[in-house]
Amino acid sequence: MSTLVTCKELTKAYGKMTALNRVSLEIESGHIIGLLGPNGSGKTTFIKLLNGLLTPTSGELYIKKLPVGIESKKIISYLPDQTYLNMNNTVKEVMDYFGAFYADFEPERAYKMLESLQIDPKARLKTMSKGTKEKVQLILVMSRRAELYVLDEPIAGVDPATRDYILHTILTNYEPDASVLISTHLISDIENILDQVIFLKEGQVCLQASVDDIRMQHQKSIDALFREVFKC
Amino acid sequence: MESTQNKKPTADKWHLTSDRPVFIQIMEKLKLDIVTGKYLPGDKLPSVRDLANEASVNPNTMQRAFSELEREGLVYTQRTNGRFITEDTDLIDLLKQKMAFDSISQFLKSMRQLGFSGEETLQLLKEALKEETA
Repeated sequence: MSTLVTCKELTKAYGKMTALNRVSLEIESGHIIGLLGPNGSGKTTFIKLLNGLLTPTSGELYIKKLPVGIESKKIISYLPDQTYLNMNNTVKEVMDYFGAFYADFEPERAYKMLESLQIDPKARLKTMSKGTKEKVQLILVMSRRAELYVLDEPIAGVDPATRDYILHTILTNYEPDASVLISTHLISDIENILDQVIFLKEGQVCLQASVDDIRMQHQKSIDALFREVFKC
Repeated sequence: MESTQNKKPTADKWHLTSDRPVFIQIMEKLKLDIVTGKYLPGDKLPSVRDLANEASVNPNTMQRAFSELEREGLVYTQRTNGRFITEDTDLIDLLKQKMAFDSISQFLKSMRQLGFSGEETLQLLKEALKEETA
């Protein structure tokens, strides 16, 4: 067990608007962690900072004791909330692209998952439904042997049966010493596979705890606790 | 606060509810499997990872359930070989008794809530049993 992510007083402001306000936390290896919070609570900002798509306004952020950069991108597999793939490409082309980009990409695993979801590798992305595109992206991301998977809303656009498949894919495709950070609003679908949650509220961490401890202490589900903490 | 329906684990499927700790529910399910003979004394348990995948839960949670069962003596680890069900059949009988008493006390509690006295409950139970065997 080692520390994958360390942040101290991490702050990101967009002009006058502070999206992330002095967040200090650590993410250890070997966990599946839910990053939960209402719209605008700073989830995606935090994720973008982890992936070097944004630079902090102040504070410190380290991935395995190193600053965010080329080395950290090698070990983080990131599923963004929006697609960046070229829609004119076929699935096979984006697979090749990923293989060229990431040394830890394992095409065999990707093709196996495509097969079990009956996705044709020769199909072009633009001919696919929104849900199928999301599946392809998740397959790409989960086929890397990364140390940290960062998934921004991985199950938002897919039907419940596919959701189960995706959760199963996440559960069976990460190495025991890797961690998975999942941001989502669909808490009840996902809470049984989480072992920790981080609640973000107005850019600050208001809770980081083990799922079973929360259930024991509050005698309710994470979903129910969320609804209570963030009641509008 | 919570209904008692759908909460009892059945012998072959994982029914996990979200308002109670997952590891406790897993323990209950495995205990039921031990008591009902799905796992026999001395049987080897599947690996944490395999069982976690089967139940669609986090491996850490499964690990915690296993550790707790080990602490209660129902499961033991043989270094490098894996985990096995205890061969202490007295302990398993004791567990079965305890689970029976838990069920009964829940039943009695709901009968009391319905307003039946112990005597009336016993009478009704006898009638129900007679009907079932008839």
